[in-house]
Amino acid sequence: MSTPVAAWSRRRAWTVRAVGIAALVSLAATVWLGIWVTPPDQVQHDLVRLVYIHPPIAWVALYLAFGIGALGSVLWLWRRTRSPFWDRLASASIEVGTVFTALTLVTGSIWGRPTWGVWWAWDARLTSTALLLVMELGYLALRRVPGDPEARARRCAVAAIIAAVDVPIVHFSVVWWRTLHQGATVLNANLSPTIHGSMAWTLLLGFVAVTLVFVWMLLVRLRIETLEQALEGAELDEALQERWAEGDTEAALASPAGVGEP
Amino acid sequence: MWRDSVLVAGKDLRIELRSRVVLNQVAPFSLVVLVLFAFTLGPSRAPMAKAAPGLFWVTVLFAAVLAVQRSVSLESSEARDGLRLSGLDPAGVFLGKAMALMAELVVLEVLLGAGVVLFYGVHVRSALDLVAACVAGTVGLAAAGTLYGALAGGLRVRETLLPFLLLPVAAPVLLAGTRAWQAALGTAAGGAGDPWLRLLCVFAAVYVALGVVIFGPILEAS
Repeated sequence: MSTPVAAWSRRRAWTVRAVGIAALVSLAATVWLGIWVTPPDQVQHDLVRLVYIHPPIAWVALYLAFGIGALGSVLWLWRRTRSPFWDRLASASIEVGTVFTALTLVTGSIWGRPTWGVWWAWDARLTSTALLLVMELGYLALRRVPGDPEARARRCAVAAIIAAVDVPIVHFSVVWWRTLHQGATVLNANLSPTIHGSMAWTLLLGFVAVTLVFVWMLLVRLRIETLEQALEGAELDEALQERWAEGDTEAALASPAGVGEP
Repeated sequence: MWRDSVLVAGKDLRIELRSRVVLNQVAPFSLVVLVLFAFTLGPSRAPMAKAAPGLFWVTVLFAAVLAVQRSVSLESSEARDGLRLSGLDPAGVFLGKAMALMAELVVLEVLLGAGVVLFYGVHVRSALDLVAACVAGTVGLAAAGTLYGALAGGLRVRETLLPFLLLPVAAPVLLAGTRAWQAALGTAAGGAGDPWLRLLCVFAAVYVALGVVIFGPILEAS
């Protein structure tokens, strides 16, 4: 650790708190609009209400979190932009992203049971999301291996890039393998959403709310990571001091009169 | 770079020829796996022939994990320092380790392929497609395996961590290799093998290129 980080500045603490409050308010608004205001769907009835939560979580998990993780790793590896911040950002983003990936699978599974009749189907997107989750868990396992922070950062950055390169290949291979999932609704080729009115607005709000939740979690996780590294450094310093102190007493005991001391 | 890669590959293969660990341990292990699969699929040959392409590639993946472990264990911590200090181009070291691994895997695949044909009673429709899929898949596996092997190399938990990291990333090889084999053996209902063969080639090209670029930082980390 080059710069010991004690606490957030007051301004930064308030920014994070504001993001947290905004996330909570927008999430509450999404729940209210999603459950009480918007109408049920003609085909899927009340099940359609999962649309306000599931795609936003998937967007955060599959694109935002993993994207930030990969970007942070590349910026760390690139000599010109190397700074411990990118390593912390990548690790925090992938860790929070793992939670969102798991949530994507859980909400998708809850939606899949009544619509497709099964909890799990070997559909293209499900399979690639599951593989992504396993890769993220692998990254976290690698992250946990103790060792020199610099070597760990390098190892994790490389692992994230190797896995990130695989994601499109996995995606295309399982798309060819089989497909059951419905096509993209909002981001289709001509960018004209195929849902309308209050549902579209609620879905948009859902995206904003879930993204805010992610940003808040990321900031808090980033702070914990920073504090953890500072603590590690401080503990190491303390242990070194103790060892030196021991060495001094031993030397003092070995030569009580201080004979031979320069 | 190429001269360095030939040197490193030669070193790894010479060690293998003298110790015969892959040939005497990993190869019999993969044949044991084939026999175990046969026990689970029952004595009748129809389900075995149907599952043969997938079983072949799953076994190749497991054997590849063992071969990567072996390739990593050749570089003990002193040997790794020696490799770093030798002044060899990191890209050359990567290509050399990957080529040696590939040579070992090809031998394993020939044995396994013969085992599948003999034990599972499959009929080969297009041997050329089988070989092409094997070569493309093996290049990809060897490249990805070498990358992860070096990444996990210096760690004490390497034996348990390596399969966890490597197998999900190698999933496209399993998928595409199986489909390509199904097409070549005529066991799948419809579907040409060509797109899958292309996918295997893309995987191989991507990981070879990535390894050439990124192996320097990995060597520094281990």
